[in-house]
Amino acid sequence: MDLLQLIVSGVSQGCVYGLIALGFVLIYKATEMVNFAQGDLMMLGAYVAVTFINILGWPFGWGLLATLAVMALVGVVLERLLFRPMLGEPHFAVLMLTIGLGFILRAFAGAVWGNEPQALHAPYAGQVLRVGELVIGYENLVIVLGTVLLCTLLYLFFRFTRLGIAMQAASQNQLAAFYVGIPVKRIFSLVWALSALVAAFAGVLTAPVSMIDPLIGFVGIKAFAAAIVGGFGSLPGAILGGLLVGLVEQFAGLYLPPGYADMSAYVLLLVMLMIRPEGLFASMQQKKV
Amino acid sequence: MRYLKKTRYLQDINLFKHNGQRFWYGLLLLVMCLAPLGLDRFLLGELSLVYIYAIAGVGLMLLVGYSGQVSLGHAAFLAIGAYAHAYFLNLGWPFPLSLFTSMLLTGLIGGLVAIPVLRMSGIYLAVATLAFAVIVEQTLTHWESVTGGFRGMLVPKPEFFSADLNAYIPFYYLCGGVLILVMLAGLNLLRSPTGRAMVAVRDSETSAQSMGINLARTKSTAFAISAGFTGLAGGLFAHKIGYLAPDAFTLLTSIQLLLMVVVGGLGSMHGVIYGAIFIGLLPSGIAVFRDAVPPSIGQIPGLEPGVFGLILVLFLIYEPLGIYGRWQKIRLYFEEFPLYRRSTYKRQKTYLRTERLR
Repeated sequence: MDLLQLIVSGVSQGCVYGLIALGFVLIYKATEMVNFAQGDLMMLGAYVAVTFINILGWPFGWGLLATLAVMALVGVVLERLLFRPMLGEPHFAVLMLTIGLGFILRAFAGAVWGNEPQALHAPYAGQVLRVGELVIGYENLVIVLGTVLLCTLLYLFFRFTRLGIAMQAASQNQLAAFYVGIPVKRIFSLVWALSALVAAFAGVLTAPVSMIDPLIGFVGIKAFAAAIVGGFGSLPGAILGGLLVGLVEQFAGLYLPPGYADMSAYVLLLVMLMIRPEGLFASMQQKKV
Repeated sequence: MRYLKKTRYLQDINLFKHNGQRFWYGLLLLVMCLAPLGLDRFLLGELSLVYIYAIAGVGLMLLVGYSGQVSLGHAAFLAIGAYAHAYFLNLGWPFPLSLFTSMLLTGLIGGLVAIPVLRMSGIYLAVATLAFAVIVEQTLTHWESVTGGFRGMLVPKPEFFSADLNAYIPFYYLCGGVLILVMLAGLNLLRSPTGRAMVAVRDSETSAQSMGINLARTKSTAFAISAGFTGLAGGLFAHKIGYLAPDAFTLLTSIQLLLMVVVGGLGSMHGVIYGAIFIGLLPSGIAVFRDAVPPSIGQIPGLEPGVFGLILVLFLIYEPLGIYGRWQKIRLYFEEFPLYRRSTYKRQKTYLRTERLR
């Protein structure tokens, strides 16, 4: 039973990693930029939700919607201000830019909301579901269900809508997509909006479980490990990688001496890079000379 | 404007291109040597720190600026160098041997870390180094028998033939001397086949490989050399801070090192020095800024990383060539005075065609 309990908490933590990884992958697929500030966008999303729900006292559902809207806007603004001038620049420069952005967002959150940990008031917080001996917190359940829902929606979006297909086209070849009349720049704005929205969603889901402070964005690094384990550039891979990292972390916490749990995600990442660098769901091919 | 007439092929690899450079670098050396006469202890200490940063910067510049590989985990190499040096000194090894061994050890570890990720490029290397840095940080915290864990580790005083190197002036000369040696080693490397191979890999992996350059070997050599120099800087850094604890070598330190090479100017050794001066003086600058603005803004905790981030972003967007690049532009403007064209330094854009399958 212990094992099952461990799996449940591993899966719910893994879903959070998976959602952040999803944000990474979305941006990477569309613009081939690597956004290291994804975890910090999640942190910002959680704080915006705190503002609406805790401070302004809005109902949870409305607060969530408002948060998603605000964060989508933040994504667009960031793209316009920072990333559009960097279009066509080397990847490395963009990577550094997002790292810098992460530091700015952290300082900003610390200045606005303070550095003390806060909890988001969720209506379902503290309740548990009992299945036999298994005890599942509602928060964890909501995380898993929310992830499944979001993934389904994203799948449908990329598969069936014109916009989703245009995004895929822009991600494969910017110039060719531009020539066939896809407004590539606008598509990129939308991708950033979508990615920030997914990050905010992850933030709102995880906020009732773990306290939020400006430094929670660092889980973004673990999520990054998840994205690579899953094969950078594959959406299902991101979620699967997240689950894997979440589970490994839980088991390392139980069976290994303290300290190893924090490392396990990175060890997993390094092992993965050594054995199968293209990830579980390979979507990348090395250029042959 | 100076025109160089080349009469021999070997002139291309001269360390100094013309007598003017010899004069100015000689003057700089003289100023470096005479600095202790005119500066007080605080400034001398700051200058030593700038030298140490510059040593690490040469290492990172070889990797980032000349080989085109990104490392987000150079604080780990700084840490390994520092801890190894302190550990060897505690065992009673003589100072030069200890410093040298820790440099070799760090270089070896750097080479080993690079191997698994060399099959993939770019972000994979960056992320693997990040993961490596986290693992090193955790190891430092938990491997108490060697590192002292959270309690930290006292660094023994450096002694060389019973001369105390930790006093301000000897330490200044020590750092300065090591910096000059490292700069010369770096410049020498860059005019050798290995260094040229690195630059070729940076500019285009495909064409480098077609010219017969072994990508994996070049990259891991670059990584090992870079890690070695950073480890050397770590050894000196250990003496500078006097007491080692894991929280001196965090992600922020890695970013600070990267900030140094980016702000200084990627792909130039001058840039290292400018960047090191910038990084060395920035904390004092922020302290002055904190005092100057109203306390409600100035006393925000975590302001320093935010300012780091902001500077990084501004440089990347507006002056990706860094301070050195700006200086070159200004110089060119005056050299070709009425004829300067803005488009000389126009950045080349490359539009994406992915190598992904789906």
